[in-house]
Amino acid sequence: MIRLENVQLGYDGRVVLSDLNLEIAPGEVFGLVGPNGSGKTTLLRAISGRLSPQAGAIYLDCRRLNQLSPKELARELAALEQEISCSFDFTVREIVELGRLPHRARWQRLSAKDHAIITRALALTHTLEFSDRTIQSLSSGERQRVWLALALAQEPKVLLLDEPTAHLDLRYQFEILGLICQLAATERLTVVLSLHDLNLALRFVDRLALLSEGRVIASGVPDEVLVPHRIEQAYHVRVRRLEGDWFIAEGVA
Amino acid sequence: MGIAVGAVPISPFDRDPTNLFILTQIRLPRVLLAALVGGALALCGAVMQGLFRNPLADPYLLGIASGATAGAALTIALHLDIYWGAVPIGAFLGGVLAVTMVYRIAQTRWAQLDNYALILSGVALAALFSAVTSFLLFYRGASHDARRLIFWILGGLGGAQWVYVLGLLGTLLVAGMILLLFARDLNALALGEEMAAHLGIEPRHLRKILLFAVTLLTAVAVAVSGTIGFVGLIVPHMLRLIVGPDHRLLLPTSALGGAVLLTLCDAVARTVLAPAELPIGIITALLGAPFFLFLLRRRAQLGASL
Repeated sequence: MIRLENVQLGYDGRVVLSDLNLEIAPGEVFGLVGPNGSGKTTLLRAISGRLSPQAGAIYLDCRRLNQLSPKELARELAALEQEISCSFDFTVREIVELGRLPHRARWQRLSAKDHAIITRALALTHTLEFSDRTIQSLSSGERQRVWLALALAQEPKVLLLDEPTAHLDLRYQFEILGLICQLAATERLTVVLSLHDLNLALRFVDRLALLSEGRVIASGVPDEVLVPHRIEQAYHVRVRRLEGDWFIAEGVA
Repeated sequence: MGIAVGAVPISPFDRDPTNLFILTQIRLPRVLLAALVGGALALCGAVMQGLFRNPLADPYLLGIASGATAGAALTIALHLDIYWGAVPIGAFLGGVLAVTMVYRIAQTRWAQLDNYALILSGVALAALFSAVTSFLLFYRGASHDARRLIFWILGGLGGAQWVYVLGLLGTLLVAGMILLLFARDLNALALGEEMAAHLGIEPRHLRKILLFAVTLLTAVAVAVSGTIGFVGLIVPHMLRLIVGPDHRLLLPTSALGGAVLLTLCDAVARTVLAPAELPIGIITALLGAPFFLFLLRRRAQLGASL
């Protein structure tokens, strides 16, 4: 479980987000939505332990985040950056093997158990069939699944994803979010992810927080948070809810 | 083979006292030194390329080798080289000075955000230290020192002594152990500093340790052989094309590859114009560049067929 208490976040004295009070339950898929620059990435960085709060405290299973060493944290929590680039042409399997780093001492080799976990992570993300290919030979959709396999190989309880659907076409967007939700259910993963597309958020997340102008302006189940007047307040765009799950933008408010 | 070839052809099993002297006191230490210098530079190059996620990185980038050369040159220009061990110490101090300056720049916020800023400041520092070396060369003019200074600038293994061999061997073993211990962290760093941090690695910590080991090793290598370019840049690329990018394999094979390459280059440098010697840097570039292009071409063809 992740809990934020009166958290204030920012860089070098500049405040990006304040008065954050959130509770994210185990096994939940929790979305962060909001306009560009509203602090989605900053919030994810804070939950990943890479950014210390200026005030307040973040708890992971009742332990304060800053009490965990980087290695301990990496065993509990996996995080994927929005854009990951690999500077050398590793194979898919070599990359997923890196997920075992936090579980082994520096001089230890991969055990049979590690290999089993790696193979399972590859299988769960449907990347096993091209695990011997190199990362640069893959499409962006395939690569996104490899990063997901890397995160799963860490055997985390929490998975943080910064816009996992960025740069993906419609089919891959559905495929990757479907996969993430399925993994959250089968692997009992808590997932926190930022999303740009409100329609996807409406369809895939259990609960979400809408960020705007340095605050959470609403949080809860998508049907209650993503209502036209709140979206207009956050994005300054007039929208209309269609029958079923979809919004349509009608113009700038 | 490197032992047998030279201005005077000698079989390794010759028992003639003069030849035995040439063999054990001049040629053998020189061949071993070539292997160690090549290994050290290639290992440092492989680490730097991984650390800075940049294929252009080598011990010369960031000014480590230029700083070491300037340090050695200053020691000679001040006539401190009459003291035993002064030149290697001067080279090491020069290298440390360069890396400290780069590291100070690395601590500033703009350099932390942008790896290229760090590399560019390294290039600028390298130019600065080269200018110091050139000035010393110009200032000492036609004196006896000038010849010794040119040795540092062109690089060469002609000054090989057993004490150099042992000193570099010890440094290579210590630094090599440290670097190998962090090989898997370098693999994680290929995904970027943030991703490495999410995998439980502390990138700033890693940078500090690796830079220390690389500086030490480069400075000692430069101290015993002057500046020999190209090995640190090209060998890791060759090996990456052959054994893949995994640093646990890449680091030891790069060291071996560098050792083989420089031994061969030195053998050529000593023999083609015998009894005169070619500066070894000319050979490393002449042999290395075409081979590198060949490997790149081959990879492009393989890539197309996959």
